[in-house]
Amino acid sequence: MRAAPAALALLAALVGAAGAGAAEMRAPPGASSCTGCHARGAAMGALAGRPEAEIVAALAAFRTGARPATLMNRIAKGFDAAESRAIAIWFASQGAR
Amino acid sequence: MPRAPSAPTRRAVLGGAAAAALARPALGGAPPRVVVVGAGFGGATAARCLAAGGVDTALVEAAPRYVACPGSNEVVAGLRGIEAQTFGYDALGRAGFRLVRATADAVDPAARRVRLGDGTELPYDRLILSPGIDLRFDALPGYDARAAEAMPHAWKAGEQTVLLARQLAAMPEGGTVVLSVPANPYRCPPGPYERASLIAHFLKTRKPRAKLILLDAKDTFSKQKLFEAAWARLYKDVLEVVPLAAGGQVSEVDPAGMVVRTDFAEVKADVACIIPPQRAGRIAAQAGCADRSGWCPIDPATFESRLVPGIHVVGDAAIAGAMPKSAFSANAQAKVCAQAVIDLLAGREPENPRLINTCWSLVAPGDGISIAGVFRPTDGLLADVPGAGGISPLDAPDAVRAQEAAYGESWYRTITRDVFG
Ligand SMILES: Cc1cc2nc3c(=O)[nH]c(=O)nc-3n(C[C@H](O)[C@H](O)[C@H](O)COP(=O)(O)OP(=O)(O)OC[C@H]3O[C@@H](n4cnc5c(N)ncnc54)[C@H](O)[C@@H]3O)c2cc1C
Ligand code: HEC
Repeated sequence: MRAAPAALALLAALVGAAGAGAAEMRAPPGASSCTGCHARGAAMGALAGRPEAEIVAALAAFRTGARPATLMNRIAKGFDAAESRAIAIWFASQGAR
Repeated sequence: MPRAPSAPTRRAVLGGAAAAALARPALGGAPPRVVVVGAGFGGATAARCLAAGGVDTALVEAAPRYVACPGSNEVVAGLRGIEAQTFGYDALGRAGFRLVRATADAVDPAARRVRLGDGTELPYDRLILSPGIDLRFDALPGYDARAAEAMPHAWKAGEQTVLLARQLAAMPEGGTVVLSVPANPYRCPPGPYERASLIAHFLKTRKPRAKLILLDAKDTFSKQKLFEAAWARLYKDVLEVVPLAAGGQVSEVDPAGMVVRTDFAEVKADVACIIPPQRAGRIAAQAGCADRSGWCPIDPATFESRLVPGIHVVGDAAIAGAMPKSAFSANAQAKVCAQAVIDLLAGREPENPRLINTCWSLVAPGDGISIAGVFRPTDGLLADVPGAGGISPLDAPDAVRAQEAAYGESWYRTITRDVFG
């Protein structure tokens, strides 16, 4: 099948770029939106490379309202504990950029 | 171990679209190619993500430079210069994909080719359109491209923005400004009301006795309670709001006489900002992706057109359900769409995504409010995740308002750096 080399070449590039499995490199649902605000140099601070537990705790506190916020409370409510944890694990695994 | 991407078993579970893309023989052994049209917030983001994913990508942009709309209401009100909105494409030319400085004239979906203004053709395996909006110069009697020279829309940032700012600055002291707002849907739902706020601030501080009349083709709008509270607090003597129910829909304009008409009244304006109805950028309709509304129905997980397989539409041009037409949305959608395109090209099933939007508005300098939402595909559309999102509290103290204004400005600096820098 002639398409196979193309797909393989692409995947090789993906795998090479991530240094991990192509499937695993996909950000969990929602994570790609976080970086619209949380980037290097932003007032909101970058999330990449931050400890998983710290992100999980912050999101939980925003969700319950225990931690005051201008808007993270409204965003955190869109993710349950498991979804938040998946996002936290993913950011923690990204080297700080 | 990575999952074997080319395993037939894996591919067999995929729907027709993905399999078709992979099986397409036209390009022989060449790696799959993606063309993106429009280097705005959506398209430039998509091209960056595709290139980062190792995809052979071409990004087509017609304009000589990008002039960003977010923040442009501050330019209108004389609070910042147009330079703060203007970005070159040099960095995009070094971002790991091919930047093609040309107009995409036509798409041939059957041959999977994009024809450029000079006749060149770009073949694609998948095409992403992020062409933004076209202003409808056929929708409001009297309002065409020439009328916009007298009565600027300033809804595509650039010369129009500067023109409106200049007209306001030159207006006589006791003058009347008219701002006309269209029915939904249109680019940036809260944008007209931020503009009303900042023009009112300008009049209050710089043109005593002048007034602003907001003629609205709707009765309800984004962040309404927050805007109305701010207007009552700050601009009682400056701003008069005429909603649809009170006859606010503009039915005709006369640019020579500077007259704006509704079914019930006629207003003589010194400055008239007319925001006309809009539709998806021309190329989207040309490609067959727009429906009768003028906008593009899409699959909410992949942003693939519901009308033309192989073409994805993101940003303002798309019908994204509950997600508003914003730069924030365009950026978030482009990331999800690019990942879906990578997945489809690799024969992997795209994930069920989750997207965020946030739009800040200024009701006065340093006084910010916001609306946020979290969205996921539901019944074929992007819908709000229940319980999440919403607007800033009505009773927020000044310090929080100032913080929101600062976060909004920080977002603008980050997003424009990440997209164009
Ligand atoms: C006054 C105002 C204030 C706003 N404030 C905010 C805000 O605070 N926050 C926010 O998130 N959003 C805001 N927005 C909305 C935001 O500007 C748009 O939603 C955003 O630009 C949409 O991105 P896009 O990629 O869909 O289109 P655009 O950014 O418009 O990009 C489209 C690009 O495609 C190019 N193009 C089109 N057709 C072709 C073709 N055939 N060939 C080649 N190139 C083509 C165009 O030249 C353009 O560069 C505001 C809008 C306005 C008007
Ligand atoms: C629209 C902008 C925006 C988006 C999108 C956003 N955040 Fe935030 N985030 C903020 C702001 C602003 C704060 C500071 C608290 C506040 O005022 O809301 C913050 C704070 C945080 C903090 C605490 C940081 C610290 O220094 O302790 C974490 C963790 C966080 N966000 C995670 C996330 C995750 C995960 C996502 C994606 C699901 C996300 N954010 C999406 C704006 C955003």
